[in-house]
Amino acid sequence: MSDATNNDERIKDISRFRAALIRPELGGIVGTIAVFTFFLLFAFDSGMFSSQGVLNWSVVSAQFMIIAVGACLLMIAGEFDLSVGSMIGFAGMMIAIFGVTLEFPMWIAILLTFTICIAFGALNGFIVVKTGLPSFIVTLATLFILRGFTIFIPQTIERKTIIGGIREAAEGDWLAPVFGGTILKGPFQWMGDMGWIAVRTRGKFEGQPLVDGVPMLIIWALGLVVVGHILLTRTRFGNWIYAAGGDAQAARYAGVPVERVKILMFMFTAFVATVFAVSQVMEFGSAGADRGLLKEFEAIIAVVIGGALLTGGYGSVIGAALGALIFGVVQQGLFFANVESSLFRVFLGVILLLAVILNTYIRRLITGER
Amino acid sequence: MEPIIRMTNIEKHFGSVIALAGVSIEFYAGECHCLLGDNGAGKSTFIKTMSGVHKPTAGEISFEGQPMHFDDPRDSIAAGIATVYQDLAMIPLMSVSRNFFMGNEPVKKIAGLPFFDHEFANRVTMEEMGKMGINLRGPDQAVGTLSGGERQTVAIARAVHFGAKILILDEPTSALGVRQTANVLATVDKVRKQGIAVVFITHNVRHAMAVGDRFTVLNRGKTFGTAKRGEITPEALQDMMAGGQELASLEGSLGGTV
Repeated sequence: MSDATNNDERIKDISRFRAALIRPELGGIVGTIAVFTFFLLFAFDSGMFSSQGVLNWSVVSAQFMIIAVGACLLMIAGEFDLSVGSMIGFAGMMIAIFGVTLEFPMWIAILLTFTICIAFGALNGFIVVKTGLPSFIVTLATLFILRGFTIFIPQTIERKTIIGGIREAAEGDWLAPVFGGTILKGPFQWMGDMGWIAVRTRGKFEGQPLVDGVPMLIIWALGLVVVGHILLTRTRFGNWIYAAGGDAQAARYAGVPVERVKILMFMFTAFVATVFAVSQVMEFGSAGADRGLLKEFEAIIAVVIGGALLTGGYGSVIGAALGALIFGVVQQGLFFANVESSLFRVFLGVILLLAVILNTYIRRLITGER
Repeated sequence: MEPIIRMTNIEKHFGSVIALAGVSIEFYAGECHCLLGDNGAGKSTFIKTMSGVHKPTAGEISFEGQPMHFDDPRDSIAAGIATVYQDLAMIPLMSVSRNFFMGNEPVKKIAGLPFFDHEFANRVTMEEMGKMGINLRGPDQAVGTLSGGERQTVAIARAVHFGAKILILDEPTSALGVRQTANVLATVDKVRKQGIAVVFITHNVRHAMAVGDRFTVLNRGKTFGTAKRGEITPEALQDMMAGGQELASLEGSLGGTV
């Protein structure tokens, strides 16, 4: 990397170690290795690494990943969205209201829900951009507004806060399996037949593998990570995301449409929250008014563990995805290892603090601030 | 010679405050025009009117002989007016090459989809930095690791690369050390020789004298007229900036050192 062009004698060549440290994904990579090493050593026999165990933490991690991709791009663009959790509850409830109560075809219910939620995302962004208020406050308001509606609407219409029957309503629908289905059933059946993964030993489904395929949720998570990463690092729009979060005024002067970038990122965050919600209601078969509580913070924590700066302008989608993986593996791993689940919160607090301190240090390395 | 841009009787009012009370200046290609004035003289307001950030309350702008109306900065950038702001030139967390092409990202089609052409961006950035005498470790080096003078130079090189006809520099030297200032002034000289009109805003008379072809002093929203190089002494400029009298009395006690 350094060659003869460097002739300022006061600039030391940076060591490989420091160069690696500047990559935002570093914390995520190290954390992922540490977490897997730990659980492989101490919880290998707990069932965590059987096919069902792997499915269990993969699904949880994938859920975190979906919302983390949105939160990551938005944070790099310099904003937060605290309404993600409420949006998840709200989107699920909209599916139930349209699909079950009003008996719309499920695909219409899904598309309507996406439209409404993305519109709310746009509204969040519009208010933030036009008023110049911190997105923290604006989306905190949206958090309460959406959660309020999520409880009020089903109570008024159905006199209850949980609406079931979604799976039945989605039967035979073409769009619902895109969120709630499983794919690669053939290869899993084959792996079951080969005796590589556990199969059912009795009953009607004898001989079928316990894990019969890859849930679409995981496909969505991986797809969003890949698309998000390419968008951020390999497109001009990605450069605008960095610029908008790095210094909005400087970006504006250079002709970057900062307002548009920010509003689009709020809309994208709403989109991923809706993907999460639709997958969840398809899996559970019901929508509940309390769904998605605290998800906004979990998404932000995953993004910060993944190396993004809370102040914007710097971060990585891959890092955020690894942060989500660490999050999911530890949460479910502690359950498998029979550790009191309240300790997970202790772990979360500690790792969040460490990640923020490390990120601040790395920021100094990059910018040369002292 | 026709001026590339002519600002006639520009007025700008902010509510009840009159920031510019009828300023007329002409700028010529290939010349460095120094705009001097003390804090609050209206320098910033004036260049922001030129770069489309503010719309003038009254007055006319004619660009290459045509009357011009800039509705926002993008219009003026498109017309070839580039502004380099003192602290807002670059984004420290982003690489030099990402900064260089910010807002003008080169695009390469892969399978019909437009992607950021990093290879091209990196190569051009290294070439342009080399021309300006800045040695980068690599195009992915963060701008935050560059010195203030280097950042100004990158911003100037960027403006020139993207075809600026008029380059407005807002106090490029005010936060810099001696050597960095010299580098920036040398860059200004290079740019001027390429036929670009440079508008150099400063309140340092010595920096202005080093590169200026014409000098205009703004004071309390008005101009005292434009002087050509050789027609005016640094002392006279200094006096005009301070509004004449006050500094004359101060100068006595300071022994002509200001």
